[in-house]
Amino acid sequence: MTVTRRNFLRGTAAGTILAAAPAIVGRARADDAIKAGIILDQSGGLDIYGQPMVDAVRLAAKEINDDGGLLGRPLELIFYDGQSSTQFYSQYATEAATREQVDVVQAGITSASREAVRPILGRYQTLYFYNTQYEGGVCDRNVFCTGSTPAQTVQKLVPYTMNKWGKKVYVVAADYNYGHITSDWVVKYARDHGGEAVGVEYFPLDVTDFGPSINKIQAAKPDLVISVLVGGAHVSFYRQWAAAGMKSEIPMASTTFGVGNEHLLMSAEEGDGMIVAYGYLEELGSAANKAFLDRFHAMHGDDAPYVNELAIRSYEGLYLWAEAVKLAGTAERMPVIEALESGLAFDGPSGRVEIDPKTHHIVQDVYLAELKDQQFSILETYPRQPPADTDLVCDLIANPNDATFYFENGLEAAGIK
Amino acid sequence: MDLAAILILQAVSTVATLVIISIGLAVIFGMMRVINLAHGEFIMLGGYTVFVATNAGINMWVAMLVLAPLVVGVIGIAVERLVIRHLYGRMIDTLLASWGLSLFFIGSITTIFGNTTTSQIASPFGAVRIGAYSISGYDIFLVFMAMTIVAGLFVLMRFTKFGLLTRGTMQNADMAAALGVNPGRIYMVTFGLGAALSGLAGGLLAPLSAVLPTMGAAFIAKAFITVISGGTAILFGTASASALLGTVNTVATYLTTPVLGEVALLLAAIILLRLLPRGITGRFLGRDL
Repeated sequence: MTVTRRNFLRGTAAGTILAAAPAIVGRARADDAIKAGIILDQSGGLDIYGQPMVDAVRLAAKEINDDGGLLGRPLELIFYDGQSSTQFYSQYATEAATREQVDVVQAGITSASREAVRPILGRYQTLYFYNTQYEGGVCDRNVFCTGSTPAQTVQKLVPYTMNKWGKKVYVVAADYNYGHITSDWVVKYARDHGGEAVGVEYFPLDVTDFGPSINKIQAAKPDLVISVLVGGAHVSFYRQWAAAGMKSEIPMASTTFGVGNEHLLMSAEEGDGMIVAYGYLEELGSAANKAFLDRFHAMHGDDAPYVNELAIRSYEGLYLWAEAVKLAGTAERMPVIEALESGLAFDGPSGRVEIDPKTHHIVQDVYLAELKDQQFSILETYPRQPPADTDLVCDLIANPNDATFYFENGLEAAGIK
Repeated sequence: MDLAAILILQAVSTVATLVIISIGLAVIFGMMRVINLAHGEFIMLGGYTVFVATNAGINMWVAMLVLAPLVVGVIGIAVERLVIRHLYGRMIDTLLASWGLSLFFIGSITTIFGNTTTSQIASPFGAVRIGAYSISGYDIFLVFMAMTIVAGLFVLMRFTKFGLLTRGTMQNADMAAALGVNPGRIYMVTFGLGAALSGLAGGLLAPLSAVLPTMGAAFIAKAFITVISGGTAILFGTASASALLGTVNTVATYLTTPVLGEVALLLAAIILLRLLPRGITGRFLGRDL
């Protein structure tokens, strides 16, 4: 057959309709679906955090749908790529709430993206889940924060490592909201346990040369360094630290090392000995976790990303919301919030996660682990840790109309000494 | 005393790092006047060459010093033939095209290798101690490498026929063509050389940084600031601008904070360019080396 213009057009038109058919059919079917909008960074510098979260959410949705969906209706996920830019978060949150009229939005990695999304979803009365570990302090009835907060991780890590290594702490942190507030917590907990912070240093996210700062730490002679560094460029700190021979001199601990694959981006000899605190680590030995990892790898293949706390809380966050929808018998916002506030709990791969009605945060198990050969081995387990930090400032039972981020200007401004 | 010695060493190593990350751009932007926004991605490709090669069991030194510049040099030549050569003399167009290339490289690498890597190499040599302080032996090796690169490039440009033809072509391509030189080929090889030097930078930095598709972004601004501050004489300019900015950055970071260290670097560059709009060497050396 010769390809004439008419033939070509006819063929293309037919092809287009065929190609579009699943989308059209999908839309028709999806009309009765319960919808969740997922805004996470799948490209740009933050995709290293976003991709495992997206994979985990996909698995949760697949399992929920394989199990018959929610209230007899299918669960449909609508994904938006935040592209590592806060501005897209505002845009997509608006789109999810208005055009798609989703029943819940699960979104945000950086604190900046959360604070962009939170007021928008508050205005449009769309339920919001933030599934990333963060600095604590969000007190908003429309928002549920499933990640670990400093009272759960830092408060365990600091005394443990101070007992092990000594009382003088040096803090290195990323120079933005999260790094500043978390290092405030490190300093506070060090003081609470009779130690002191001999130095706090903040690094812009694109700093790659840490030499002068390493000299500064050498001059301060701390007993240990606590890292709240974030992102790819900051991995250079750990590598230059090891190259300067400091690893054998001053030990290091962190509440951020690992969620950005730091332990894989450097060789075993550079990373060994690092102690971390998280609400979840892939290496947990529980049967629930092993079964989860089997399902995760069955879906995403053997080269799927390392599953960290951010990923697991994205999985458990979707499940917590789904359980609440089932309990409420509807996907409407207020009944679902009330169902979540009933002390709803879910037994996930990280252990039992339970909503604290007063703060809308999570009571969760916390783990300390040490890095060895690019793998974490669990040192300590602290079961059922409450979000004691946010609890100091937040009471949504007494003030249901509160919608404040209390730690926005640091701990001192929030009245925490 | 120990502290003073270690700080001087540290400043020298920061200067050397600046030279290493800027020298490829000095050739491509300083000599050829091509605004290469994919410079950071050339560095990234050098890092990935080391990642792939070392994970395949190839010796780290071969990967860093031979394969990284070779692979990225070849990629550079391909880029020049396919894209850049159509855009010489059109600065804004090269800017757009090379920005597109930068996105293309990040996208391709993410598609092929995923958004993260697993490293199996650490920086060699251990630490050098001075009293209570220490600095990485690899930093000192980088100082040596920076000097070697600058010296090698000087010899190549000053004393070889290729260098003569290149400098002649960059000064006046039409005249060079009239004398029987093929400017197209010179441009191609020079661009490849610039890319190879960027690849070498990526290779040398691979044991010290996180090899990620987006790693180039951290280097590109500093490379441009250094080359522009250096002015038209690419070697002396890049070296002296690196010396100035690197020292300012190290001292300010040590005395204050890393944030102010970055601010001081930018401020020094701004003041410099206000006083010497054509860079350190623009007024005195012209288009010399």
